[in-house]
Formats: sequence, C-alpha cells, structure tokens
Amino acid sequence: MDIKVNVREAPGDCYVVDLSGEIDVYTSPKVKDAIGTLIDRGVYHLVINLEKVRYIDSTGLGVLIGGLKRVREHGGSVNLVCTNPQIKKIFDITGLVKIFGIFESEDAAMKALV
Amino acid sequence: MNQALESAAREVVELRIPSRAEWVALARLAAATVANRLRFSIEEIEDVKLAVAEACTAVIQHEGHGEFIHLTCEALEDCLRVRVHDSGRHGVHAPDRQRMNFEEARIAGLGIFLIRTLMDEVSYDVHPQLGTDLLMVKRLGAT
Repeated sequence: MDIKVNVREAPGDCYVVDLSGEIDVYTSPKVKDAIGTLIDRGVYHLVINLEKVRYIDSTGLGVLIGGLKRVREHGGSVNLVCTNPQIKKIFDITGLVKIFGIFESEDAAMKALV
Repeated sequence: MNQALESAAREVVELRIPSRAEWVALARLAAATVANRLRFSIEEIEDVKLAVAEACTAVIQHEGHGEFIHLTCEALEDCLRVRVHDSGRHGVHAPDRQRMNFEEARIAGLGIFLIRTLMDEVSYDVHPQLGTDLLMVKRLGAT
C-alpha cells in the first residue's frame, strides 16, 4: 500500500497535485507534506486530482481540509477532481461537497479556480 | 439460503496487528475479504473497509492505546459482525481530544461519524482493566 504524489505547475499561477493510491493514516502525512510545501512556497490555488485514488479515510479528508483552510487564509482555493463513486460518496456523506469544488475533469477544476 | 452463504455462516476470522498506522491496511483488507465471502456488494464492502480502518485509526490516535489491535470478523447468516479490541486501559476508544487542537478533534469526529453512518449497528464496550471493544454490524441487503 502506498500513495504516489506528483506535483506539476499549471497555467494561471496554480499547481496540480496528482495523487495515486490509498490515502489513510499511514500515507496521509506524505500528502500533507506535498500540499504544505506548495503553500509554504506561496502557492494558494491548487487542483488536487483524486482520479487515481482508490481509497480515502478521515485522515486523508483531514489533510485536504487543512490545505483548504490554509489557502483560504490567503484568498486561495482548492478544487478536487474526483470520478470514483466510492470516494465521491465519502465527500457526500461528510458534507464536504459543500466546502470543496469537486469536478469530473481536471480542465473543469482548473477553470473553476477562483 | 444459497450454498456460499451457508458455508460462510458463522465463520470467524481473527487478526492481531500492532497498533501502528502501517498495519491498518491489513485490517481493512481482512474485513473486506470476509465481507466479500458474505456476498456484500462492492459498495457495502467499501463501507466495511472504511469503518474498520476508522476504528483502527481511532485506536492508534488514542493516547494510551494497547500494543496490539485485535480484529474479529464474524460472518453470520445475515450480517457481518466486526469487533475491534484495544487492550489499552485508558477508557473509551475515541481519540484523546484534550491533547488535540481543534482541527485534529474535528477530523477525529469525522472518523466516528463515518463509522456510525456506514455500519448498521455500532456500540462500545469499555472494560477499565481489559480495554475497549468497538462492535459494528453490517447487515446483508440493508442498503
């Protein structure tokens, strides 16, 4: 079990974080580090691509919430790309669909960044 | 009752893992395998995986947890019964919120919320000397 994290620059002063694998209590620190490093560098507009994430638990959600909270302090935003129904369900039942922008494609997520 | 269900009924799978983050994946895989034996749907199996993982995570994040987590999955006729036992002697399974900041406590609450939402029955059994049990039931065909 592992998580792969890939960070790439995108047009419009924003970055895309590609995640692949499982985000749980063991792997979420790696995701937290990647997002935290970007924010520390002054990147406040992020698209986090969860298309290749097979599993996420509350610690993974916590990392995403923490990142969103930090970028919002700087007028930034975090949009998610999510197509896995099971992952979407977790965002639905926890009510996080109301605080994250969740999109079917990276293109849509990029365009919707504030 | 079909053959597969009949043969799976009352089968018990027990697993003991170190109370550390790197072993939680094994616990959820074991629970998912038993749920699959009971012919739960893919969505229901995912529910069980997440609930078991959240229960184990709660143990790990609980100050004073035991050295091991004991997972017991019972495949019964019409349900899966899961017991997550922590031999730590510090009371309830919930993470120690007094040691957490607001954000950490909120996330810990999310874990408990997920367990209650995804499983059909959830209860605690606290033994001051023996540790804490979290008991969860997922019924076949309930969702």
